[in-house]
Amino acid sequence: MATQQSRLAARLMVAPSVILLFIWMIVPLVATVWFSFRNYNLLNPNLTGWAGFNNYYYFLTDPNFLTAIWHTLAVVVGVLIVTVVGGILLALMLDRPMWGQGIVRIMVIAPFFVMPTVSGLIWKNLLMNPVNGMFAHMAKGLGLQPYDFLNQAPLTSIIVIVAWAWLPFSTLIFLTSLQSLDGEQQEAAEMDGAGSLSRFIHLTIPHLTRAITVVILIQTIFLLSVFAEIAVTTNGGPGTASTTLTYLVYVQALLNYDVGGGTAGGMVAVILANIVAFFVMRMIGKNLDA
Amino acid sequence: MARQIKGSAKAGNTLIAWVIGFVIFFPILWTILMSFHGEGDAIKSPLPMLASPWTFDSYGEVQARSNYSLHFFNSVVISLGSTVLALIIAIPAAWAMAFVPGRRTKDLLMWMLSTKMMPAVGVLIPMYLGFKALGLLDTLTGLVMLMTLANLPLVVWMLYTYFKEIPGEILEACRMDGASLRSEITHILVPLAVPGIASTLLLNVILAWNEAFWTLQLTSSKAAPLTQFIASYSSPEGLFYAKLSAASTMAIAPILILGWFSQKQLVRGLTFGAVK
Amino acid sequence: MTKTLRALLGAAAFFGLTGLATAETQITVATVNNGDMIRMQGLMDDFYAKHPDIKVNWVTLEENVLRQKVTTDISTKGGQFDVLTIGMYETPIWAKLGWLVPLKDLPASYDVDDLLPAMRSGLSVDGTLFAAPFYGESSMVMYRTDLMEKAGLKMPKEPKWDDIKAAAAAMTDKTKEQYGICLRGKAGWGENMGFIDTLANSFGASLFDMKWKPTFGGQAWKDTLAFYLDLMDKFGPPGASSNGFNENLALFQQGHCGMWIDATVAASFVADPKSSTVAGKVGFALAPDKGLGKKANWLWAWALAIPAGSQKVDAAKTFIDWATNKDYLNLVASKEGWANVPPGTRKSLYANPKYISVPFAQLTLDSINAADPTKPTVDPVPYVGIQFAAIPEWQGIGTAVGQQFSAALAGTTSPKDALANAQQIATDAMTKAGYIK
Repeated sequence: MATQQSRLAARLMVAPSVILLFIWMIVPLVATVWFSFRNYNLLNPNLTGWAGFNNYYYFLTDPNFLTAIWHTLAVVVGVLIVTVVGGILLALMLDRPMWGQGIVRIMVIAPFFVMPTVSGLIWKNLLMNPVNGMFAHMAKGLGLQPYDFLNQAPLTSIIVIVAWAWLPFSTLIFLTSLQSLDGEQQEAAEMDGAGSLSRFIHLTIPHLTRAITVVILIQTIFLLSVFAEIAVTTNGGPGTASTTLTYLVYVQALLNYDVGGGTAGGMVAVILANIVAFFVMRMIGKNLDA
Repeated sequence: MARQIKGSAKAGNTLIAWVIGFVIFFPILWTILMSFHGEGDAIKSPLPMLASPWTFDSYGEVQARSNYSLHFFNSVVISLGSTVLALIIAIPAAWAMAFVPGRRTKDLLMWMLSTKMMPAVGVLIPMYLGFKALGLLDTLTGLVMLMTLANLPLVVWMLYTYFKEIPGEILEACRMDGASLRSEITHILVPLAVPGIASTLLLNVILAWNEAFWTLQLTSSKAAPLTQFIASYSSPEGLFYAKLSAASTMAIAPILILGWFSQKQLVRGLTFGAVK
Repeated sequence: MTKTLRALLGAAAFFGLTGLATAETQITVATVNNGDMIRMQGLMDDFYAKHPDIKVNWVTLEENVLRQKVTTDISTKGGQFDVLTIGMYETPIWAKLGWLVPLKDLPASYDVDDLLPAMRSGLSVDGTLFAAPFYGESSMVMYRTDLMEKAGLKMPKEPKWDDIKAAAAAMTDKTKEQYGICLRGKAGWGENMGFIDTLANSFGASLFDMKWKPTFGGQAWKDTLAFYLDLMDKFGPPGASSNGFNENLALFQQGHCGMWIDATVAASFVADPKSSTVAGKVGFALAPDKGLGKKANWLWAWALAIPAGSQKVDAAKTFIDWATNKDYLNLVASKEGWANVPPGTRKSLYANPKYISVPFAQLTLDSINAADPTKPTVDPVPYVGIQFAAIPEWQGIGTAVGQQFSAALAGTTSPKDALANAQQIATDAMTKAGYIK
């Protein structure tokens, strides 16, 4: 199908994106790598000169480094599971005929519109607060002890908050994908006697594979650098129970004002993110072509 | 042949959907309700709060205190501007990758996504120095350019996904009819892709609207968007929930309205089955 | 639609790049969003009447974000701001780095000698003022008079920590969601550490010894942490380890706390009948001590400073003078009443009988006067600052240590480990920064 002419045309059409993104990537990357090898602390002008691998050394040997990686992966995987499974279910639900479909759709999509800091504050103070929060009131109404979400289960709470914010995104993508599901195929299968569960597994899910792949890839990228919700609710705590890699970089860059350390941390985060993306791509990448 | 939907099934669907939708929407609903009360009342438990006097005071304080229209204008320019720019650059690219895939297409896509992997905090100072050198600090131009590039990978990806859904046969058919490349894109592809483009537009506008790191760090007074408007309301000393709720409602409202009106576009059925 | 949009973009870009050319001087002021600053923005008509040739662009942000932005800008010489709102922590550090313009040529009407001594010394280096205070605070005890009465106790004007413990015990009834004492537990150098540092000072501890070695492993800190945890476990609200100022304020206003030790500014909130359900039932006392000579009260000021390299130093000085001199205080009083005048900066304010009659004004003054940032602890120390050490590294160290203590409060770390970790973190950081040879 692709002729010489269209191949050339294709290259030309892709070129602007590639060139712009390349510049966008390379300039900050070079600057970041440069700074990561230098001593540069914003508040300490006496600290200058070549640092070699010191910044990397300090970042990698930080006692919280390994736990931060673990926490980051937990957040990503946790949110992905909720948003993919939940997203598919919600998309199926929204695809059915009902009254007031428009309103329900907006209600489901709305969490995505809220700024991450605001949603963090809402969850922390209105819902999860063990004295004044909604959940506490509900628990007391049932005669139970209110549970202190953010202190006893910080990482899980963060996963819930972030998943709530990203569910609309996956739902929307799945819903749009479902719209192109072949209705005739479904009917034919039904007439052949296939039950709804079997139709779901054998027709719907395969159709959604590409959408699932895209959702996983895009969300992974965003989830690896989740920051605002953590900063506003737990500040990485208690202790370091909800410190992720991005938060660790933040501590270096904007609390210690250590630009050398912060950029080194950023580089480490990028390298690790690329590794994760590589594996994810390996696992589900073939679905992109289907 | 339309499948008959029983009335009771429809009612059942409606009930379940409304309950789930309500649960998901609840935190936002609560924020909106809180915005119509005073500070002391806003933090009370649900029933007492609803019973306490309703007022526009918080909105009044917010309006008097900050320049909503300036921030709103900036947000619109930054979000819409960067998304439209990104679309202009991305549509040809996504078309090419979807219909004329090469061996490297997947790698290219992954590389594009990887440009988003650097945590923004790590690269703040180099970016700040760069912006300062180019005179782009606190300018709309600078922010539009930055957001365009930041979201470009996402736009390309989403368009690629939607374009992939379009069966190649359609394009083959019109090519065999002798259509040129340009008319192929404008007359066939774009109409089929409109829902995909619309959904990409909406999602990226929202992402740019809510972006709360670069928009705060690289602007001060002239180019500051609504994210700064909201950030000015969360105060460490002194209660602010009612005002923050009012500010958030004022910030979300435009997007909610936009979403409401563009719904049909977003999920309009792509009647591929009918294209024979 | 695209054409209009492009035109819009073009116009926006043009204005963004060139700005609107006028004959007036524009200054950009970065500020926190606390009540007094908000009030100042509302009174700008007075400034414009007196100085029609100066226009002010406000950038209002939450404290932590503001600090980040301002630090980023001033250290990279970004030039975004002409007037900064900074605190007692940044001022000595930035002044020593040469980043601030010394406030030497302010008009005589400014009357530098009228500033409260603690405020002046906290914001000066070698006798020169680098930031003009517009708001000052210390900390004190706020307690429920009705609950104390019910328990048959009286709160002394200058309580000791044992008095506090006894009062907390008497006022706690967890079945009724009544907690004897609410204290900060949220992790952060300006959050829980702000309070815990003062508690430690009163227990005879300090942050560093004269050789800059951290002292978290010592007996005094052990006692401090044990006392704090004991008090909070027995008499504090659940979830305390994520409670900062606002959360405790909400608790107190809704009647859940018997006592609250926090910023003097809180007094105006808890006594405000519009938002507090216990408005008429609040009493105040000085921050407690342990009999070792140092009370557990801190000192903080928000002050206006000018970054070195600003092109508009004169206009900036004019603005700072207007915002922090005696006339401004009178202006606020005339428009919004004496209770709303920004507290804690000038002797003349407290000598004014109309102001001193405001409840808790005297106590605020006493608290501020009892604080000496140059001698914060029982034993001598190499740093200034009461609830912090005015060194750049403190932000990171304080927050990391605060996280340990917050974890101890949440029960996820033992107090012994928390102190050991704190000592390790602090020592590593101080060595890396070159303080410990």
